[in-house]
Order: sequence, then structure tokens, then C-alpha cells
Amino acid sequence: MTIQEIQEEIVEEFSSFDEWMDKYAYLIELGNDLEPFDDTYRLDQNLLDGCQSKVWLHAWMDDGKVYYMGDSDAIIVKGIVALMIRALSGQTPEAILDNELSFIDKIGLKEHLSPTRSNGLVAMIKQMRLFALAFKAKQV
Amino acid sequence: MSLDIQHIRGQFPILHTEVYGKPLVYFDNAATTHKPARVVNKVNEIYHTLNSNIHRGVHYLSNQATLAYEEARKKVQLFVNAPNSHEIIFTSGATAAINLMATSFGDTYIKEGDEVIISTMEHHSNIVPWQLMCKRKKAVLKVIPLFENGELDMQAFENLLSEKTKLVSVAYVSNSLGTVNAIPEIIEKAHSNNTPVMVDAAQAVQHLNVDVQELDVDFLVFSGHKIYGPTGTGVLYGKEKYLNEMEPWQGGGEMIKSVSFEETTYNELPFKFEAGTPNIAGVVGLGEAIDFVSELGLDNIAAYEHELLQYATARLNEIEGMRIIGTANNKSSVISFLVKEIHPFDLGTMLDKMGIAIRTGHHCAQPVMDFYKIPGTMRASLAVYNTKEEIDKLVDGINKVAVLFG
Repeated sequence: MTIQEIQEEIVEEFSSFDEWMDKYAYLIELGNDLEPFDDTYRLDQNLLDGCQSKVWLHAWMDDGKVYYMGDSDAIIVKGIVALMIRALSGQTPEAILDNELSFIDKIGLKEHLSPTRSNGLVAMIKQMRLFALAFKAKQV
Repeated sequence: MSLDIQHIRGQFPILHTEVYGKPLVYFDNAATTHKPARVVNKVNEIYHTLNSNIHRGVHYLSNQATLAYEEARKKVQLFVNAPNSHEIIFTSGATAAINLMATSFGDTYIKEGDEVIISTMEHHSNIVPWQLMCKRKKAVLKVIPLFENGELDMQAFENLLSEKTKLVSVAYVSNSLGTVNAIPEIIEKAHSNNTPVMVDAAQAVQHLNVDVQELDVDFLVFSGHKIYGPTGTGVLYGKEKYLNEMEPWQGGGEMIKSVSFEETTYNELPFKFEAGTPNIAGVVGLGEAIDFVSELGLDNIAAYEHELLQYATARLNEIEGMRIIGTANNKSSVISFLVKEIHPFDLGTMLDKMGIAIRTGHHCAQPVMDFYKIPGTMRASLAVYNTKEEIDKLVDGINKVAVLFG
């Protein structure tokens, strides 16, 4: 699936929730289901420290595609991390750099990406793109 | 006298707003309190009818504005029972007042190898200015340790005192734990060591009676915005004998008597420490906020808030997995807590969606969090307009969220 298709799929999934409580319950579920973070990568250089919560992010390249592994100490943040990874992991660097992550806004979670929340998510999106940029540079 | 809380609530328009379609429940009062309409109206009135610069004009408005500003100083003087109104210095907040202290007191009295004592439970505002000063002066910062319940180790404090100790600077009430420190005892011990004491009363003056003469405290600071007043206002009280000797902090207009390129002589107190045009409307608004508090009576406020705190503590303790951080015998207005393994950010986010405002995180007191080996807490902090019904809503909200986390 392309990033765009995945984003549409996520928006579709979230459209079934009428109550904010259900939406957050689902985020918590996604957070709990996220593939465990490999502790060998739990390093300071992979830590995106928000004032309120922490995010860890590791990325690697395999067969022309970028893969991400992420974690957070706050489960709601971890749920959003899971969504980002679902949208971007396994895509080419070019696709990652060309696509805007519009789904966050569409599923009503934009507030979590405001810099004032300082939960590490803004830094994470930036870092995901930087990884893609770095891998792209390495390819040529 | 018991307070009419509904009548008090009626004076705070913001308490009747809705967030996400739900009535606001505001428990972030230690960060800032809301402002009664009379304070906001007073600030408006100043801009609409008295706006002018103070202390320097011969014209009518300037004189009127000066009178209003100086009347506010008089109100603060009476409020903390300072001997003289010129011992009241207006600043932009408690943070600025402590920075003033660290710079002016430090420049005047502290030399290499001297020591300043603070405590583990200080807000960053009462840590960092002293660290900066110690770095400049090659002085040493000493820290009073905590007991597990959030009280200061007074024996350890006594042991820290020596002929090198030049100042003790501690919070009256901890913003992260709610502990009311034994300030009279701290002052007594410090004074018997000939050491002056600065008290950070940012979390105290809105909750309990503070009398600087009765305490015999040498310096005391607080913020206006935490006592129902405007943001950008704060107070430093200092004993005249120190303030007269202390070097000025900032230079500029108002604080000078005469300036030439060879020599500048400074103005008298309090103007020596009030360089530049101050927050005139804000300070007058702070005077109004002090009237608001004084009319309710701090003893009445303290009694009601104590009842709320007891109720909140009991109700929160009913929640499964509740851990209250800070269980000192003498507490005021602040409850820090954790619920099971739920991250404060998660609980805070979910409560926010229910219209309940609490603070999450380290509350600018990271050493406290390090002491308890936790990343942060949820903090509910009370004001006189809070109710038991609101506490019930908080407890219900936490229970709802806890279910989701299993």
C-alpha cells in the first residue's frame, strides 16, 4: 500500500468512533499492540525528549526501504507513534519525503502535534523525515 | 465565618466556560489562579481612565497613576504586615524577585567559598538563580534533604548551617508536594547562626496568613498571578537594612538620583530596585486582588481549603492504585499523585477531554521527582472557588480512565 492509501485506511478506521473515549481507547490498544522496542536501541541518541513524555525512535534501511521502530512511556503517545510507523515504515525514502502526514489532523488528533504539548511527537515526525533524507543521500 | 463559595464563583467569569462541551473543572491553581471580574475591571479602568507614566510627570494623569500605584504598594505592605511600604519592591513575578535577590544579595554579600542553603523541594525558580550566582561568585549551594513523606529534614538543615552560610532560601509551601515547611523554625535556626532567610511564598500567600514581622523573615517573594491578580506582577519584601546596602539589580530610569558618565547615584528605596516603567495597571490590579483576598479573610480561605484538601485526599485514596506523593502532616492546597502505572501525560490528556484541568509532569521541580524516582506526577491544586462536587468529578474521571488502562 502507498502512504496515501494507508492514511485513508486509518482515517476510515477512526471515522467509526463517535465518542472521544472510544477513539482514545483505540489509541491505547494500538499503543499496547505496538511491536516491542528493541532495548539495544534505547539510547540517548534515539531519545526525543518532550517535557511531558518521551519518545524513542530507531530507523534502518533494508532493500531500498526505510523501517522504523518506536516507543513512548505514555501510552496515548505510543498509540500515535504506532500510527506513524504504520504509515511510513516499509516505504521508500522518496515516498516518505514526498507525503504529508495529513491523517493526524483528519482523525482529530492534531492537538497532540502542537509544539506546546511537548510530548516528543513533533520531534518524532521531524526525525522520521530526517532518517529518510539521510538514507536517500546514502543511496546516491 | 464560612464562605459563600457559589457567590465567590460568580465573580469569576472563566469558571462558567465550557471546554469540549463540558463545564470547566479547574485544578491548576498552583500554576495560576483565575482572576475575579473586579481585578480585570480594575486593570481595564487604569488603562481607560488613568493611563500615564508614574513618578515623573507633573501632569494630572501621571499624578493619579502614581497615587494608584503607590496605594497598591501600601496594600501589599499591610497584607504581609511589612513595617514600611518602601520595603515592598514590585517585580514581574516571584521568579524575577528571586533573580533580583540572587544578583543583588549575591553581589553585595557573597564571596568565594560562601554558602547558600536551599531545599530539595524548591521550584526551579529558587534553584537556578542561586546556581548562576554561585557560579559567578564561586560560592557553594547546599541542599536540605527530604524525608519520604515530603517534609524537610530539620536536623540535616541544622547541620548544614555554618559560618560560611550567607543565606537560606526556602519555599513556604512546596508547589509539587503541598508541604507547608516549618518556616518559623527555619528562621529561628538560621538567625541563631546570624544568617538571613528568604522565603519563596509563591504558593503560600493565597492560602495562609503571612506576617513578615511575626516571622521575622528577612526577605519574602510572591507572584501576583497566583493570588488572583494579573500576570506579570510580583513582590519582593526585604528588610530595609539589607535593601539599603544591596547593589541595584537592573539599571535604567526611575532607579537613579543622578547620572553622569563619571558616577551615578541611586534613588532611594523602593525605586532603587524598580528600573524602567513598571507594570502599572498590573500592580494596581494586584492591589485589587489583595483586597479580594483580604475581604474573604485568609483564615476563612485556609479553613475552607483545608476542608477541600481533606475531602480530596480521602476521595482520591478510594481509587485503586492511588499513590499520593507528599504526605506531610502540614499540607496546603496541592495534591500530587500517581495512579497505578498510568503515565501522567495519559491521565492528564484524558481528564482534559472531560473538561478537567490538572497539571502533569515534573512541575518545575525535577529534584523532587528524582528523589521519588518518578518522571512526574498528576497534580490537582486547589483555590477558594473549588468545590467538593468538582473533586467528585475528578475522582469519577480518574476512575473512568483507569478502567481503560485495566
